Amino acid sequence: MGAGHSHRLYRHGHSPVHDLPPHCKLAAVFLFVVVVVSTPREAMWPFALYAVLLAGVAGAARIPAGYLLKRLLIEIPFVAFALLMPFVVPGEQVHVLGLSLSENGLWGAWNVLAKGTLGVAASVILASTTELRALLLGLQRLRLPSILVQIASFMIRYGDVITDEMRRMSIARRSRGFEARGVRSWGVLAKSAGALFIRSYERGERVHLAMVSRGYAGAMPVIDEVTATRAQWTRAVSLPAAALAVCVLGWTL
Amino acid sequence: MTEATVNAVNVPSLEVSGLAFAYPDGHQALFGVDLAVARGERVALLGPNGAGKTTLVLHLNGILEGGAGSVRVAGLPVAKENLAEIRRRVGIVFQDPDDQLFMPTVREDVAFGPAASGVRGAELEERVLAALAQVGMAEYADRPPHHLSFGQRRRVAVATVLAMSPEILVLDEPSSNLDPASRRELADILRGLDVTVLMVTHDLPYALELCGRSVILSEGVIAADGPTAEVLSDAALMRAHRLELPFGFDPSSPVALR
Ligand SMILES: Nc1ncnc2c1ncn2[C@@H]1O[C@H](COP(=O)(O)OP(=O)(O)OP(=O)(O)O)[C@@H](O)[C@H]1O
Ligand SMILES: [Mg+2]
Repeated sequence: MGAGHSHRLYRHGHSPVHDLPPHCKLAAVFLFVVVVVSTPREAMWPFALYAVLLAGVAGAARIPAGYLLKRLLIEIPFVAFALLMPFVVPGEQVHVLGLSLSENGLWGAWNVLAKGTLGVAASVILASTTELRALLLGLQRLRLPSILVQIASFMIRYGDVITDEMRRMSIARRSRGFEARGVRSWGVLAKSAGALFIRSYERGERVHLAMVSRGYAGAMPVIDEVTATRAQWTRAVSLPAAALAVCVLGWTL
Repeated sequence: MTEATVNAVNVPSLEVSGLAFAYPDGHQALFGVDLAVARGERVALLGPNGAGKTTLVLHLNGILEGGAGSVRVAGLPVAKENLAEIRRRVGIVFQDPDDQLFMPTVREDVAFGPAASGVRGAELEERVLAALAQVGMAEYADRPPHHLSFGQRRRVAVATVLAMSPEILVLDEPSSNLDPASRRELADILRGLDVTVLMVTHDLPYALELCGRSVILSEGVIAADGPTAEVLSDAALMRAHRLELPFGFDPSSPVALR
């Protein structure tokens, strides 16, 4: 793809996972998460197996364990939430180390932690092996409403332009002796934000003109057709398929 | 060039007649503009700020319409039912390349126009590479536009329009914000192209360098139309329309004509 758009999660490289078409990977991650979420929380061992599956994928993608674990920190807010559950959820109490915890809450916390971690890990692997641009093409291919894909593409394209505009405004403010300090500067900052909004809006209008001038009529033309062979699909789907087998066992055993 | 001139007698690339237009807020910007540009000709559109140049440009591909008069591109009237074809024939390069380049990569941006008109696959790829090669930007195909310098972005903006093989190339202030080297490189590119060019500019030496003919638009009407050197040498005319030559520049000197 070589789109030059690397994001912070992306890890450049070549591996069987990197080379899969983006829409296959997206579909696989989505299905995997669905399977994980529908696993009964009382069955503990399936979650361990899921983790093993993901570790296998990460290995195939040549993502070092440390790298993956560091990216998992995204879910810390959920962990905090999960840790609260045993204390606040009503229900039968169990005593652990002198603390009175709700049994329901403990299961709830386990549920959030296990499923959340697996979901985040799968997404991190996806993001580490797929460029942003490719992700968008994949979403487009999966028939996500075109308008959403367009908005996301514009965010990539104009994110830098707008940050730059923000930086220029901040330089202009500071050149005239303004330092953002405390509540009293909020008024100025709010006005700057307003000006930034207007500028971005006007740019939007001009960009729209330019698009219309080149034949835009509401739908983005297909420029890069992403296609997948049957073999690629099979490889991508093997992850959720294996997970599904584990899940079915989890329900029946 | 001679062939193009012979051709031009039959069908001008651009024919504007009696064009008048008022913005929705009531401000009238054009008061009956008549202008014909022959195929292969390069014409400079000069005029002070607020003269209506951009307004005229936006009429050429039907972005603005609804006033009096008519616009024809290679014989085809600019009207609702022809808009798709008109937008393929008229390539407009806007002043700010950041407005023009809206796709994540240069390649996709150049591909946008042809793809919108239904070109796909190998032919699309070929067109994109050819257009980028014409402006000397082929090796930047996979870069995101915002990582390019201003001059490079302006060149890519020209390529986005060339990829549609337009009948007429319309440039709104192409030399603005370019350093002298980029400005000259763009001139070389434009001179090397075999298309009709209408160039809006405040850069009078640039007009003299590139365009044999100049048109002055002032207060919504065409105030002068003639060979660029003559128009620029007419001091009274220039003063009447707030046009000023840069200090020390003499349009009648052969040096200026290169
Ligand atoms: N959207 C608008 N609504 C109302 N009036 C407008 C609008 N855009 C332009 N005008 C007015 O129409 C007139 C012509 O504007 P136009 O942008 O065509 O000038 P211009 O010749 O391109 O000027 P410049 O050299 O500064 O680019 C100006 O008086 C301007 O104020
Ligand atoms: Mg203008």
